[in-house]
Amino acid sequence: MAEKVTFKVFRFNPEKDKKPYYQDFEVEIRKPGMMVLDGLNQIRWEMDGTLAFRRSCREGVCGSDGLNINGVNMLSCITHISDLKPPIVIQPLPSLPVVKDLVVDLTDFMNKFFLVKPYLITYSPPPDKERLQTPEERKKLDGLYECILCACCSTSCPSYWADPEYLGPSALLNSARFILDSRDEGADERFEIINDRHGVWRCHTILNCIEACPKLLNPTEAIGELKKILIKKKF
Amino acid sequence: MAMDKVEIHKHDIVIVGAGGAGLRAALAASKEVNTAVVSEVLPTRSHTVSAQGGVAATLSNVEPDDWLWHMYDTVKGSDYLGDQDAIEFLCRMAPEIIIELEHMGMPFSRLENGKIYQRRFGGHTKEFGKEAVCRSCAAADRTGHAMVHTLYEQCLKNGVTFYNEFFALQILTNEGHVVGVLAWDIVNGGFHLFHTKATLFATGGYTRIYRTTTNAHINTGDGLALTMRAGFPVEDLEFVQFHPTGIYGVGNLISEAVRGEGGYLVNKDGERFMKRYAPTVWDLASRDVVSRAMAEEIRHGRGCGPKGDYILLKVDHLDPELIHERLPGIWELAYVFAHVDCTKEPIPVVPTAHYSMGGIPTNLHGEVVLGSMDSPESPVPGFYAAGECACASVHGANRLGTNSLLDILVFGKVGGEKAVEFCQSLPEHVPLPENAGKEGIDEVKRLVDSTGDEKMDAIWEELRDTMEANCGVFRTEETLSKQKKILENLCERFKRVRLDDKGKVFNLDLIETLELGHMLEFSKAIVEGALARTESRGAHYRDDFPERDDKNWLKHTLAYLNEDGRIRLDYKPVRLKPLTVPTFEPKERVY
Ligand SMILES: Cc1cc2nc3c(=O)[nH]c(=O)nc-3n(C[C@H](O)[C@H](O)[C@H](O)COP(=O)(O)OP(=O)(O)OC[C@H]3O[C@@H](n4cnc5c(N)ncnc54)[C@H](O)[C@@H]3O)c2cc1C
Ligand code: SF4
Repeated sequence: MAEKVTFKVFRFNPEKDKKPYYQDFEVEIRKPGMMVLDGLNQIRWEMDGTLAFRRSCREGVCGSDGLNINGVNMLSCITHISDLKPPIVIQPLPSLPVVKDLVVDLTDFMNKFFLVKPYLITYSPPPDKERLQTPEERKKLDGLYECILCACCSTSCPSYWADPEYLGPSALLNSARFILDSRDEGADERFEIINDRHGVWRCHTILNCIEACPKLLNPTEAIGELKKILIKKKF
Repeated sequence: MAMDKVEIHKHDIVIVGAGGAGLRAALAASKEVNTAVVSEVLPTRSHTVSAQGGVAATLSNVEPDDWLWHMYDTVKGSDYLGDQDAIEFLCRMAPEIIIELEHMGMPFSRLENGKIYQRRFGGHTKEFGKEAVCRSCAAADRTGHAMVHTLYEQCLKNGVTFYNEFFALQILTNEGHVVGVLAWDIVNGGFHLFHTKATLFATGGYTRIYRTTTNAHINTGDGLALTMRAGFPVEDLEFVQFHPTGIYGVGNLISEAVRGEGGYLVNKDGERFMKRYAPTVWDLASRDVVSRAMAEEIRHGRGCGPKGDYILLKVDHLDPELIHERLPGIWELAYVFAHVDCTKEPIPVVPTAHYSMGGIPTNLHGEVVLGSMDSPESPVPGFYAAGECACASVHGANRLGTNSLLDILVFGKVGGEKAVEFCQSLPEHVPLPENAGKEGIDEVKRLVDSTGDEKMDAIWEELRDTMEANCGVFRTEETLSKQKKILENLCERFKRVRLDDKGKVFNLDLIETLELGHMLEFSKAIVEGALARTESRGAHYRDDFPERDDKNWLKHTLAYLNEDGRIRLDYKPVRLKPLTVPTFEPKERVY
């Protein structure tokens, strides 16, 4: 008989349930390398079609399926079932309002992203050809531009939980993505927003975000970089 | 559940889809008229995010290049089924559209001199096929991610209105115009009717109908089914691209960029077999050629592994530093999905369903067009399409790598601009028809209320397996006829499908079942088009008709959906005349 693994899944249907509960499902391991998302699909397709979660690319680049799995935030599509200790406890990302089951409301997370002006700002007219950028200048964007807006980092951060106005690691990392771009001319506008007690100074280097980021990015370091620039500007 | 309430929204333009094509269109349109985007997912979750290798443009940053060579490669790659006016337009627009994207902030990789980095890619050559050329503009191997984020950022900057997590259910028509679209709010439940002057579809591809696929879960070809249901045709659906290098067992893509950077394929004897199939460019031949060569090797017992059912892709001879710098995403994918450190061992790969060459028929302005062998093409007022869901046709029977990201930018932009012109010429919205959206609303109600005995997944499983077996890299009259019957049967079973979830809030069961209904519908068009086309051209390979037949088949297939659910096929000529240069006459294709 095929091996089975218990998934303990957070359930909440606002149309029916007064409060959330956990439901156990026995997921059958049918091939080596099965991901948590494969297990969730098996549950939805074969056991209980009412289970709700988000998914799209199934290869860790679209950021739809950030979940809290055995207590740590990660993407279900690139997390091997065999790497987890059963029973596998699956919850929605912490601290955000739950829409249904594993689906959370990302409005607050996205609004904070919008706040930091996450787009290239330029005032000088562009040349006819591309703006030049040396490979060294471009390298400064590595570790920043790969962010997939999965919210794993921000929702793992105690400061983000405690301070409803804190921009959070993801928005701050995304502001660094542009501030450190040699082509960008909007650093001052952005610093006005992030140089604030709900901005970079709210980060107390708890480091949860680094562990949570499925793209192996380092928001704490990015925030540190921004703090350094701000301190330099002061003197 | 009470579901009769329909909220009405009025915009000049609604764009359905927020991948590269939809976002580029939104940018072009939102500056001029009241524009909104409707998308099943948050824009950056769209499938464009997965594109890896790059986007083609003759920037000549590494070596001299010419749009005419690009055009030649694209026409040849299309196995001469591409429309040469649209292809000329595409290739000439490419440099400008890439520079524009750079100005928007796209984080391209860079050359030492600070210009955009370019690499080689399959089918792209200099001097009309002489040797491979560096034409693919890349952001490492995360080009699609960088692109969709850049476009989304610019949309935010320009204040574009988004209806995210809304699922389009029906195209609305009246007085010969497309007048809007009906959608379902996935998060809260409920119907929304978008009344427009112009509607642009950018709903992407569909290879979720195959078991082994590079495509995202959401790539279910909704736009095609909605188009067919509204009475419009879809074009050339039998041309489905199988990418040579999907990870064995899962299908995830290993970009051609790997071969562009020097990787190559070997069979179980360690032989670089591609030299036998494509003596000039070997592993950088176009995709249909490489996929077929791999399938041939496997067929003849030269596949690798205990079952002899895969090929090995070698990169371990390359400098590990180069791999980590230029192909970091590939390294990650191979490691996570195949347990292989590709700096040390080869990656097991198989051909995998990847891309839809066919789609909603358009001209080179992104206008959806009707036409036939003896009536010239004419636009459908108010209806536009761009990107993978559309068929301009720049890819013909086989798409070259990096030409899709280019296609979505060029035709997204042009389609958006054309829609704006149309809106400005139309003083008032054409009124909605009576009972607008009734069919879409009834469909949802029927599914939610159904008490049948069929499960969605069982039908989808069979669809995936049988499409792969009977309508894959190789096809014959026998397999296609069999598949036609299977589809009839699956459609019958689908009528009895029952949902577990009867609720309104985030009902994924409902969405996936709607998607399955769409897939069954256009799969019929794929299979019937393939059955009728008794030749081999590009990605459509008939074992029983292995030659290309220009005399009878140098024409586009159009598939219509009859009221009784059957497919009616029609045809229209290939637009062989380019805009300014002489026609590239059909020739035998060798690489
Ligand atoms: C793994 C992979 C790698 C690739 N690499 C390259 C490459 O290197 N170079 C290249 O040129 N091409 C590449 N391609 C192909 C290219 O990425 C796609 O063809 C292209 O991105 C499609 O873009 P699009 O905007 O047309 O559609 P998509 O990006 O797929 O967007 C479709 C949009 O439509 C929306 N939608 C769909 N149905 C509905 C509905 N019913 N209601 C509401 N919204 C809906 C979705 O929400 C989404 O926003 C690759 C493809 C894959 C799979
Ligand atoms: S920084 Fe990492 S964890 Fe945070 S949103 Fe971006 S990808 Fe996700």
